[in-house]
Amino acid sequence: MLADLLEPAAKRVLALLPVLLGVSLLVFALTAVGLGDPARAMLGQRADPELVQQIRRDYALDRPVHVRYATWMSRLVRGDLGTSYHQQRPVAEIIAERLPATARLALAATVVAVVGGLAAGVAAALRPGRLLDQVLMSAAVLGISTPVFWLGMMLSLLFAVWLGWLPVSGYGDGDWANLVLPALTLGAIHTGTIARMARSNLLEVIRQEYIQTARAKGLAEWLVISKHALRNALIPVVTVIGIGIADLLVGAPLTETVFAWPGLGRMLVAAVGQRDLPVVMGAVLVFAVIYVLANLLVDLAYLLIDPRIRRDR
Amino acid sequence: MTAEALGRSSGERRGRRLTIGAALVALFAASAVLAPWVAPYDPTAVPAALSDTMLRPPGPAHPFGTDALARDLFSRVLHGGRVSLALGLGVEAVAATLGVAVGLLAGYHGGWRDSLLMRATDVVMAFPSLILAIGLIAVFERPGLDKVALVLVALGWTTIARVVRGEILSLKERDYVQAARALGVGHGTILIRHLLPNAVGPIIVAATIGVGSNMIAEAGLSFLGLGAQAPTISWGSMLAEGQTFLTSAPWVAFFPGAALLLAVLGMNVLGDALRDFLDPRWRD
Repeated sequence: MLADLLEPAAKRVLALLPVLLGVSLLVFALTAVGLGDPARAMLGQRADPELVQQIRRDYALDRPVHVRYATWMSRLVRGDLGTSYHQQRPVAEIIAERLPATARLALAATVVAVVGGLAAGVAAALRPGRLLDQVLMSAAVLGISTPVFWLGMMLSLLFAVWLGWLPVSGYGDGDWANLVLPALTLGAIHTGTIARMARSNLLEVIRQEYIQTARAKGLAEWLVISKHALRNALIPVVTVIGIGIADLLVGAPLTETVFAWPGLGRMLVAAVGQRDLPVVMGAVLVFAVIYVLANLLVDLAYLLIDPRIRRDR
Repeated sequence: MTAEALGRSSGERRGRRLTIGAALVALFAASAVLAPWVAPYDPTAVPAALSDTMLRPPGPAHPFGTDALARDLFSRVLHGGRVSLALGLGVEAVAATLGVAVGLLAGYHGGWRDSLLMRATDVVMAFPSLILAIGLIAVFERPGLDKVALVLVALGWTTIARVVRGEILSLKERDYVQAARALGVGHGTILIRHLLPNAVGPIIVAATIGVGSNMIAEAGLSFLGLGAQAPTISWGSMLAEGQTFLTSAPWVAFFPGAALLLAVLGMNVLGDALRDFLDPRWRD
């Protein structure tokens, strides 16, 4: 059983290596282009000579490009993402400070999306074509189409400004109340995607013979759904949770900006404004690695849940 | 419920979805194209007596109210739609063409070309799109809509490339393609005349949804200050202004966002409906 799992799992991990290499090349290329003229990379006009020296030294700008990549890469694997122009301290340190807030928000948004999405998807699939189904699926499309930053503002207007139930924005020393609106906002797109996927999978499964058999046996409908249909219908949903991680990461800079949330996304936006290239590229890299690894985890989970996939590949 | 009843009701729903999607897109396109003639005010004109007319709530004179510079929001929303539509469509046209070319090349030739192109696709797709877009924009000296367009093209071709490659892979072994090849028909002709037309359905679906994604991405980047710069009117930058006055004048943020929502909703609903019609595999 475990040996069965090991080989396909190892294959997936190995398949990631070229992708991660490509990701590092792309980020390096961007850094190299951005640094092409160090004076330009400086904060506008005031090209501090010391800073120019720092960039020359850090990025070995006078060396051939493959040497520069090797230097950059060897630092990277040791966790050295360079030094921020603006704050004059290690980028890795700055990112490590910001990561927990983003992780907290993303996790909360995932919980919102998975719980809300599954509930809506199952409820819709029980009576396809009926009013509840139509209302829920319209809401799902609406959720997918809503710009997160606008949704954030409207939720904040309604629940914080008008009703006064929740704080308008900010991290608030990690209070749960501060987390509610950002998590709802960030989870909205994802909720819609999961609801749609859960519904169509469940409908697909319900049509199959073994479900008809279970019904013919006289099994109660809720047992048919919960014990037989749901389990198989949920397997592809795991993939959607993986795809949704992209939505979460994409939404992070916007949601964090709307709610003044001290996370990685807001840091990235601020760094672009300050033309702090090492911080920008460090954050882009970290976002990409989180995304790739999260997808790997989803793949592995999929492997674990569905034995059929193990044999296929 | 019988299978027939279910089939009929979902058929009706498909038709209704197509109508709703097409109507929203048509409304959006018409208001964007006709903005210069329909808009009651100059969207950039700042009146001299600012304090009398700034941040007015919606009313008969200004159906969407006015912003902090006393500009008519209705006129600005109409004009903002032009930027959104032009960018959404323009970027998608270029990105889809690029994606089709990559997909055709990779799917048809296979081998190292396929591996290389698909690994490139994997790498671009390994980044959450907006994050990479922000990283790319950071490389330029100053942000602007032209950079947004460039960046969105650079990121937007991957989905269609994968879709086209998948279609071509399954089509190229068909008898009629083999027959054409045996007759000595050139690669270019086989690709364009025999393979591409069969992939048009999925391309149209992906491109329709792509237009909506481009519009959201442009608005998002402009909202973050990394896209359109004044005096260019973008729904995204209007939303950024609106956030400043969210508590005192919520209409400044409400209307551009609602317009964006309806336009993107139209694109998504239209794309979904087209998928149902063009690709029977997706029917439920």
